[in-house]
Amino acid sequence: MSHPDRPLSPHLQIYKWQLNMLLSILHRATGTSLGIGTLGLVWWAWAVSSGPEAYRTFQSAASHPVGQIILFGFSYALVFHSLNGIRHLFWDLGMGFEKKTVTRSGRAVLILSAVLTIGLWLAGYQLAGRISLF
Amino acid sequence: MTTALGKIKGMGSAKSGTSHWWMQQVTALALVPLVVWFLVSMVALIDADHATMVAWIKNPFVGVLLSVFMVMLFYHLMLGVQVVIEDYVHNELLKMSSLILLKFSIALVGLSGLFFILRITLGS
Ligand code: HEM
Repeated sequence: MSHPDRPLSPHLQIYKWQLNMLLSILHRATGTSLGIGTLGLVWWAWAVSSGPEAYRTFQSAASHPVGQIILFGFSYALVFHSLNGIRHLFWDLGMGFEKKTVTRSGRAVLILSAVLTIGLWLAGYQLAGRISLF
Repeated sequence: MTTALGKIKGMGSAKSGTSHWWMQQVTALALVPLVVWFLVSMVALIDADHATMVAWIKNPFVGVLLSVFMVMLFYHLMLGVQVVIEDYVHNELLKMSSLILLKFSIALVGLSGLFFILRITLGS
């Protein structure tokens, strides 16, 4: 090591960016999962367009516990990817790139996406009379 | 910032790369309000029966928004999937064939979605 002031390779700070690595992987994972989830969206549109019978089949699949778990997963993916996507858009405007801001907005996205998704489901279940919050 | 819009929009040698990036941003931006609207509507329509759902979609405002949603969603997905493939598949032939296959499938699914929405909107 005759040049100790040279940048180390690999850059050591990369290993401290675990939160951001997680979010980056999650953005891709949610984006591609949502791509598969669009099949469900198109199934819904087809079912509505086909008539009450097809729609009932869709509804019973969607309200089945397994369907609900899958839908919960997709809704979380959609909320997370959207929030994190907004973060990407800010970066592309050259904003929010400071290390501290990146960590903070990342943490905010993780927390907000969980809170919003659970909130959506609580609101839905309340509306459907499946739970009674008030 | 080197990412100033004027520098990127339609300039540089990588023209198609640039417009790909730009359309990814445009569709992402359009999707923000559309996704909020869609999620809130789906929660509000939880347990809606067939007649209610059809009546909702037949509202011209809803029909237009759903159609735009479908277009933006699948355009965004197509661009996104292309980036993912280009990152992971390096064999030229495999890359080209998977891109064509995936884009064709996404277009097929997306246009079907749009068709079904229009079928509801225009149906009697
Ligand atoms: C509010 C809605 C959305 C926003 C704001 C958004 C934003 C973004 C952004 C900014 C990117 C580019 C990321 C980058 O620069 O690396 C991206 C990638 C992607 N998005 Fe979205 N998106 C949204 C909804 C969706 C939906 C609904 C889908 C699926 C149908 C989707 C699928 C993808 C895919 C597959 C990628 C590529 C992932 C990657 O390159 O790692 N997005 N999104």
